[in-house]
Amino acid sequence: MPPTRWSLKVNGQQHDVEAAGDTPLLYILQNDLQLKGPRFGCGLAQCGSCSVLLDDREVRACITPVNAVAGKAITTLEGIPAWYAKRKGLRRTPDMHPVQQALVDEQAPQCGYCMNGMVVKAAELLDAKPDPSEAEIRAAMNGHLCRCGTYPSILRAIRKSGHS
Amino acid sequence: MNRHGTTLARREFLAGSGALVVGFSLAGCVSPGGGQKAAAKGLRAPTPGPPDAKQVDTWLAIHPDSTATLYTGFAELGQGNTLALMQVAAEELDLDMDQIFTAPLDTDISPNQGGTYSSASVQRGRPAIAAAAAEARAALLGRAAVELKAPVERLTVSRGIVSVSGAPRKSVAYGELLGGETFNLEITGKVPLKAASAYRLVGKRTVRGDLAGKVSARHTYIQHLRLPGMVHARIVRPRGQGNHASGARVISIDDSALAEIPGARVLRKGDFIGVVAPREWDAVRAAQVLKVEWESPETLPGVGDLHAHMRSAKTIDNVSLERGDARVASDASATTVVQRGFGPYQAHAPFAPNCALADIHAGTGLVICSSQDVYTARRSIGALLGMAPEKLRVQYAEGSGTYGHSCYDDAAQAAALLSQLVDAPVRLQFMRWDEHGWDTYGPAHVGEARVSADAQGHIVAYEYHGWQHNWSNVETTTQLAGAAPAAEWPPVGVQGVNPSVCGGMYNIANLKLVNHRLPGLEYLRAGWLRSPLDLSFAFVSEQAIDQLALKMQIDPLEFRRRNITDQRWLGVLEAAATAASWDSSRAPGHKSGARIRQGRGIGLGTHLVSYGAAVADLEVDMQSGAVRIVHLFGALDAGLVVNPLIVERQIEGQLVQTASRMLLEEIQFDRKRVTSLDWQGYPILRFQDCPAVTAVAVQRLEERSTGAGEETMAAAAAAIANAFFDATGVRLERYPLTANRVREALRGA
Repeated sequence: MPPTRWSLKVNGQQHDVEAAGDTPLLYILQNDLQLKGPRFGCGLAQCGSCSVLLDDREVRACITPVNAVAGKAITTLEGIPAWYAKRKGLRRTPDMHPVQQALVDEQAPQCGYCMNGMVVKAAELLDAKPDPSEAEIRAAMNGHLCRCGTYPSILRAIRKSGHS
Repeated sequence: MNRHGTTLARREFLAGSGALVVGFSLAGCVSPGGGQKAAAKGLRAPTPGPPDAKQVDTWLAIHPDSTATLYTGFAELGQGNTLALMQVAAEELDLDMDQIFTAPLDTDISPNQGGTYSSASVQRGRPAIAAAAAEARAALLGRAAVELKAPVERLTVSRGIVSVSGAPRKSVAYGELLGGETFNLEITGKVPLKAASAYRLVGKRTVRGDLAGKVSARHTYIQHLRLPGMVHARIVRPRGQGNHASGARVISIDDSALAEIPGARVLRKGDFIGVVAPREWDAVRAAQVLKVEWESPETLPGVGDLHAHMRSAKTIDNVSLERGDARVASDASATTVVQRGFGPYQAHAPFAPNCALADIHAGTGLVICSSQDVYTARRSIGALLGMAPEKLRVQYAEGSGTYGHSCYDDAAQAAALLSQLVDAPVRLQFMRWDEHGWDTYGPAHVGEARVSADAQGHIVAYEYHGWQHNWSNVETTTQLAGAAPAAEWPPVGVQGVNPSVCGGMYNIANLKLVNHRLPGLEYLRAGWLRSPLDLSFAFVSEQAIDQLALKMQIDPLEFRRRNITDQRWLGVLEAAATAASWDSSRAPGHKSGARIRQGRGIGLGTHLVSYGAAVADLEVDMQSGAVRIVHLFGALDAGLVVNPLIVERQIEGQLVQTASRMLLEEIQFDRKRVTSLDWQGYPILRFQDCPAVTAVAVQRLEERSTGAGEETMAAAAAAIANAFFDATGVRLERYPLTANRVREALRGA
């Protein structure tokens, strides 16, 4: 596929990039836009490390081609606090989404590589269901893997930010 | 390619990438100890290491503002060990945590502490760092005594400011005392360390400073680093390894499809193949479309026949530990049990496949990787490239958690070789199937335990036979490039039956441990996977202990108490039992006739040092065979716990990872190659199946610190197996406990 010019709306800003249309969005975000949130884990949509919000819904950037996202709003981990503020009608963007703060409070991460997907998915869940049950949290988060075994403290953090 | 050509090539790569090339500084990476940047304080000038471990300056630098930078030889693997070492240094220096920084791990600045293995960063790091810090403090106080005209005994230190007690206006700061100079001081080891009763920082729950960055896209992982003018690279190998000896052999290569990919090139040395391209997706595509025909011999037994193959293989046998006469004692005993067990190959499967960057040019080079041992990596990369190690600088950068010897050294070698071949800086990212398929797996195991007790319930004889092979000692890149043939580690016993797990916690007069060493080159590549082989050892050994207790109608907790006198083993046993509210009068789960049956089990184990105990609660669906682990309780005595918060999180992670390894994890392979190549072919535990976990970190302020990163896993594995018996009345011989395997075990009972 020959390179084409694409205009992407990422975290509220327009970016023009040139890439073959089948290029997965992940590579654009991580290389052209130099974002640190979405990151490579499997390239197969199995683990969640590349998750972003596409028009407010969590998708896997590693299998989403750039030619499928034109005109849509892309939110990466970097933009989650602002996205949250907008959804909640807050006047000021907090430094962190409540679930990010709760993850720090719980000292949940070990290597932390999965945290991009965890935060993006939890933010999506809490937006749709501000106070999810334990079962709802587990069901929503089930497509996101953590190899360090930090699920228990992630669950605690999501529960806490749900109640807050 | 001459120097000019190289430069041109690099410019072309740059122009073609469309990406801004970011400079990088590892020194700017945030460590777990307070979110501070060591770079801001300045690092010492790089020079090929290792620096002299006897010098204070090797470990510490005091800055003009009285803050300090700590140089350690350990990698931060995401577990927070760096923070614990910073607490140790700040404690002895009488600094606060906001006054201490760490330097990145780098062969040009860091001491060589022999790699980050066996969860020993604090165990091995604490004595060296505490000694250097105490020596530094003593030297500073000596200078302060002169400066303040007061005897050392009257000096106190707070936040690096030395004052005279009773005369608080007389003070001088560390920074002033040193005046920007280094210590130039040898560590005598004679300066006394602080007494435990005086600790301000050690033993305290201290939060990690790197986590805010990790949850908010500010943390730098190796995957984020870029070198100016670099190309992106991918390796090309068969999907899934065959046996260790055969490696992979190319029959033919057809690169015609690469013509349509801008700037893509194939690089080859022997059977090692890689592709590079200015843009990352182009490198991925190039690896996909490159047609390589590989030899595909049937070299493996296949996973179904693995254990029978191992049990009947020609082995090299040795008795690694023997006292008394286990056979004679067993024959004379009241009760004897036998337990067999078969453990699978399991993968490290780091959440992010390994990544490495290299710039090899004109006889020198830089390699940035996630190796747990930068000095050994420097030597092995040098051997591969035909360069003296001192010509290479190897820097560690944090990737995702690795849990042992994943493909980090393989990736480092491959990146370096590709950079040498293309004569440009390279960023190599392993794909998921590279990491899963070419891992050095935690090796499979066959174990047989025979344990006997007298009529009073005392263990009188213990015999364990283990069949396993050793670790691979040659990285795949080196092997495929033809630089060295496949080889195993020398048989130094590292992969022998572990005496700490196999009976070591009990008082047993007659004991015999026998190794049956397999010809490892005929099997899969192996390496150290978190708590190496211990899950398998404990699965066999602690089920035997449990069998013996139940056969003698003694509560398994009481039976263990009766056979242990070591206070630390007893301590963790009681800690786990108490946390789980162990009830000795509880009826076994299998007495229930229900379809879903509850089971509870207990187990002991460790890795090399420390003491682990666990209790497991689980449910078994007797029809479907589904096992759900409900709750795991883990207790760990790792001596002095520098940071209980970190150790509790380590125990939790160990319990969850053990649940995953016992329920789900098994590398699949046919007669040709490994077929577990991703998270579908190698499932791990997910949120919906995650048990509740309770972690107990036993604090022993007066003991030396020992490993805390892997020492409850064996106990948890044993507790799960024993809980399964409690629920079903059936002894397991195989794990993981997949539903099919459980149904089979229940049918066969």
